Amino acid sequence: MLDMVRKDSFRHGVHPPEHKDETSHLAIRRFPFAPELVVPLSQHLGKPAVAVVREGQEVVRGQTIAEPDGFVSVAMHAPASGVVKRIALAPSISGTMVPSVYLQPYPASSQEAADGESCDAETATPDEIILAIQRAGVVGLGGAAFPTHVKLKAPEGKRLDTLIINGVECEPYLTTDHRVMLEQTADIFLGVRYLLRATGTTEAIIAVEANKPDAVRKLEENCPQDLPVSIRVCPVKYPQGAEKLVIKSLLGREIPSGGLPADVNAICINVATTAEIGRLLPRGRGIQERVITIGGPGVQRKGNYRIPIGTTVRFALEETGAAQNISRVFLGGPMMGAAVSNLDISITKGTSGITAFTTAETGEATGHKTVYPCIHCARCVEACPLFLNPSHLGLLAKNEEYVQMAEEYNLMDCFECGACSYVCPSHIPLVQYFRLAKKMVRRLSAPE
Amino acid sequence: MSKPKKYLEIGSSPHISSGASVEVIMRNVLIALSPVCVFAVYSFGTAAGLVLATATISCIATEHVLCKVTGQPSSIGDWSAAITGLLYGLTLPPDLPLWMVVVGAVFAIAVGKFLFGGLGSNAFNPALVGRAFIQAAFPQPMTHWALPLGDTRFVDLPGSTLAWPFAQPAYDAVTTATPLAEMKFDSIQAANRELLFGLTSGSAGETCAVLVLLGGAYLVARNMMNWRIPISIFTAVAVITWMFNLYDPVLFPRPTFMLFSGGLMLGAVFMATDMVASPITNVGCWLYGFLIGVVVVVIRFWGALPEGVMYAILLANAVSPLIDRLVRPRVFGTGKGAR
Repeated sequence: MLDMVRKDSFRHGVHPPEHKDETSHLAIRRFPFAPELVVPLSQHLGKPAVAVVREGQEVVRGQTIAEPDGFVSVAMHAPASGVVKRIALAPSISGTMVPSVYLQPYPASSQEAADGESCDAETATPDEIILAIQRAGVVGLGGAAFPTHVKLKAPEGKRLDTLIINGVECEPYLTTDHRVMLEQTADIFLGVRYLLRATGTTEAIIAVEANKPDAVRKLEENCPQDLPVSIRVCPVKYPQGAEKLVIKSLLGREIPSGGLPADVNAICINVATTAEIGRLLPRGRGIQERVITIGGPGVQRKGNYRIPIGTTVRFALEETGAAQNISRVFLGGPMMGAAVSNLDISITKGTSGITAFTTAETGEATGHKTVYPCIHCARCVEACPLFLNPSHLGLLAKNEEYVQMAEEYNLMDCFECGACSYVCPSHIPLVQYFRLAKKMVRRLSAPE
Repeated sequence: MSKPKKYLEIGSSPHISSGASVEVIMRNVLIALSPVCVFAVYSFGTAAGLVLATATISCIATEHVLCKVTGQPSSIGDWSAAITGLLYGLTLPPDLPLWMVVVGAVFAIAVGKFLFGGLGSNAFNPALVGRAFIQAAFPQPMTHWALPLGDTRFVDLPGSTLAWPFAQPAYDAVTTATPLAEMKFDSIQAANRELLFGLTSGSAGETCAVLVLLGGAYLVARNMMNWRIPISIFTAVAVITWMFNLYDPVLFPRPTFMLFSGGLMLGAVFMATDMVASPITNVGCWLYGFLIGVVVVVIRFWGALPEGVMYAILLANAVSPLIDRLVRPRVFGTGKGAR
């Protein structure tokens, strides 16, 4: 009930166990190169990149191996120095096969990367910065993997006034943003400088959830005097980190249903993305690696690792010591992460973590939970941060009333945070229903 | 790495759950009801114990048999049939013939719950459906009230309890009227102390308001009951009664009498809050509660019956889907909140 009077948060939401102290104190460590790296050409929303290397070609770490195809697309860079073995299909998290570059790193491949054309935060024009970000292959590292440079250009007729740097990280188990804030503080502020310039915004706010007091202190202590940036602490609540909710919490503005942050004159960029911009742009480099949390009860050497893009989940788990009885592995945290059906899929730019559960957590040992009919207990209604009615949507989904779900019950606003399924005492897989329903609605409304 | 298992399990996110489950909720309702049940047996003796046991066992058995007949796995493991049975038993006169108890229990589960589609689909509170049925079928035994705390209540059974089906039950001489009937027909108001601590006659579980409230407080504390429903019922009843009581204190009782007498407490706390048959939004729950409160007062003041809680709740159950259609929360980013 306190939520209603608190201005710095949003209503509803849930409080899953955080499990963050298992890895939040562990400094980022470098990950070794796998014997083979598989770099998908489509790691972002939008058009896949176009490969500019041949099979058999030698590449240097950091070299561009694929160019963006159009504006909503970004470049790819070689994660290691080595030889391109082949360009072929590889399994992906969605279950489909995607074109990928198979790279065999040299045994003594250096961790040093090739520099490119520098972009200066003080002198570059907004368009030059936007181009540099696209060429650096930067996408939202929080998980959505939307090309960052596309967000920076306000749509026609819209003006941006506030830049929000999202360091909330509300997913359980994940501590990558936390470590980045502690260890790449200077990069973050430099990134903010680029972003302010590129977007023409006059104010930046770094949002951090209250469970990372050390990150807040570090940011406050190192904040440059001349930068119009403030650090704001949000109460701990899931899904505080969702774009719509972090903007609501900080600015009190509600993005209209179906709209974009630009509709409320705001832009929201993940803190790790910001740090990467600050780290890469001065030297004209591209993203060849990213920080992920490898954790969960099924992992022996939990931690935060700077891991080359294209490393397979199998190699990552081998290096960190997976338990005998792992039964479910997912990319990201347990609330929104996608379970992998195949350990040979690659870590991409959008992967914020690998979490492994054992038979104890998934209930395989104790028997899976019975799904009961909905008893209208209203817990999902009390949990949904967008004030949808998951209970009724669930009933409609069962009857395949997809159009009614979208037209009368705002199905398409659901961003699948999982709060409804998390609280459901009947164990109804509501989010799964809604994913399917959204797909069906898109299919139905697509032109023939 | 040690070799991982041969296969991985996949599933849609979220991969964790809060640990809440239907069984846990239902078990907690049973816990909340237990003091009321114990007091019912203490107050009305062996007969009340037999009524509660018969009601509960008949409900569970009916559910089990119906599941088997319709080829479904038995759903008695979710405890909901047990709760229906116990609640139904608590609304009955303690010396009701047991065969009538069985008839109502079968009706409650078969018609009140199963016909609508089982757990989660019942439009009405099944316990009240069962009670309404036997109230209509056997009006006389349903308005026959034993004295509380009778001397021989643990030694003798009332003659009516074991009456043969369809035979005229033989009632013992000592009977009494409920506080509501006394009020309605003789304008006598029982004292709060008697109503709160169960010193009056009435249905097995409705006489002790304190224990009912205690059970409700337990469920609210465990976040398993929407407190807005009982509170809105109490508010509506108290405010309306207070106004009429100011106008004519002889014809209309005081608010505390209305709150603590009859089935109001039991109904407001344990029946109206049936999750399945009540609205899903908080605003809807306020409306639903006010509606029940108003109907209870109207029936008690101007109806032919002294008590109206059962009909008020059943009526509100019927309106509940309509409330859910009308009262919908403003979706994030729509209406006046979006800019």
